[in-house]
Amino acid sequence: MSSVRVLVGTRKGAFILTSDGKRERWNISGPFFAGWEMYHLKGSPADPNRIYASQTSGWFGQIIQRSSDGGKTWEIPGGEKLPAPGGMPPPAANKFVYDTSPETGKPLTTHQFFDGTQHPWEFKRVWHLEPSLTDPDTVYAGVEDAAIFRTTDGAKTWHELAGLRGHGTGPKWQPGAGGLGLHTILLKPSDPGRIYIAISAAGAFRTDDGGKTWKPINQGLRSQYIPDPKAEIGHCIHHMALHPSRPNTLFMQKHWDVMRSDNAGDLWHEVSGNLPTDFGFAIDVHAHEPETIYVVPIKSDSEHFPLEGKLRVYRSRTGGNEWEALTKGLPQRDCYVNVLRDAMAVDQLDSCGVYFGTTGGQVYVSPDAGDNWAPIVHDLPAVLSVEVQTLA
Amino acid sequence: MIRVVLPFHLRTLAQVGGEVQLEIEGPVTQRSVLDALEARYPALRGTMRDHVTLKRRPFVRFFACEQDLSLDSPDAPLPEAVATGAEPFLVVGAIAGG
Repeated sequence: MSSVRVLVGTRKGAFILTSDGKRERWNISGPFFAGWEMYHLKGSPADPNRIYASQTSGWFGQIIQRSSDGGKTWEIPGGEKLPAPGGMPPPAANKFVYDTSPETGKPLTTHQFFDGTQHPWEFKRVWHLEPSLTDPDTVYAGVEDAAIFRTTDGAKTWHELAGLRGHGTGPKWQPGAGGLGLHTILLKPSDPGRIYIAISAAGAFRTDDGGKTWKPINQGLRSQYIPDPKAEIGHCIHHMALHPSRPNTLFMQKHWDVMRSDNAGDLWHEVSGNLPTDFGFAIDVHAHEPETIYVVPIKSDSEHFPLEGKLRVYRSRTGGNEWEALTKGLPQRDCYVNVLRDAMAVDQLDSCGVYFGTTGGQVYVSPDAGDNWAPIVHDLPAVLSVEVQTLA
Repeated sequence: MIRVVLPFHLRTLAQVGGEVQLEIEGPVTQRSVLDALEARYPALRGTMRDHVTLKRRPFVRFFACEQDLSLDSPDAPLPEAVATGAEPFLVVGAIAGG
């Protein structure tokens, strides 16, 4: 019988929630890496027992953890204790150095800071890990200050795909409230050369040559908080999602506005429709219905909690514009949590499960595509990310 | 023999329970102690100082013999009591909430 494994990153550690295919009774394990900010954990589609995790701290910086047994045990690639002094140490898995070499890199220029001045690029943390669809040793990492890195040796070493940062628009990139983070990486199943990424607050970009060159794909976006609302660069995209069967159709939760593109991001149009507010962070697509999408509307950019204290997921079965509120099992009074950009996921079971975590420490599951919800856990630390693995 | 006391999270990363003891040849300085520490426990690389510049991370402090050595030159000799092992070299996470 199939089962699911939910990988939860929180402000104070990681947790793994497991259940059989009914998704009614859950086993909770953790905290792993207690006390650390766990920005993101994600399993390899090519080897579900291989899981990567981004462990960060304002004090001690970035750590990358890796599990080869489904999260039971973890190791820092290259971090083994050496048996004796001397000898060559292994490479450092947490070494994310921007590529400034003349041969493959780009000069380390500046980006715009919150106050509009130019600020040098500085690595801070890994926001998102996206394992390859086919190779368990290959992973992409979206980092702050915004850039994309790749490992091909199971996270022992990381190398920047410098063409993105070197696109030339860097001085116009500016941090969102949470920093200048590259938070979304979408891989196209049938075409390993194509990757979509999104940055707060620069916009979306696409490569069709495996990361050598990138183009901004922000036409159709309008953002009132930048001098030219229709500018090519500067949009605060919160998250993007696609269905593997339609990799040219993208859905986006922007700072404000829910958007859709049917031509790989070349042109976007708004599908906020009847949403009560189109501000939000998370967005995802049903596992089996490419036109069924989910968002969690948040009141505003100044008030990061649900409208009227009611936690509601909204579902569109028409690819946007027409939305229905999903409330059964969710708190409908006095609820003032947020749902962050990487904190929603779907499983692949026949009856598609939908999951999301809140800054109040709850993780909710709907085993029936959003019709009914139940909390898996109530009282974790603030949830930063939720990913789901569907296991045979 | 040099004694080093790590903060909780770095002890966890290095998988050590208490004090770390290091043998260092030559001058005993912040740099030589951290070099030896990172060589012995590679998981600690990048956690106390930057990979490339080797500058101390902003929220990491170095104390010994009731002195704050954080702003000293990394190549300045550490106190004799540290060099002889009478006193430990303390790596401390700055008190900044969290």
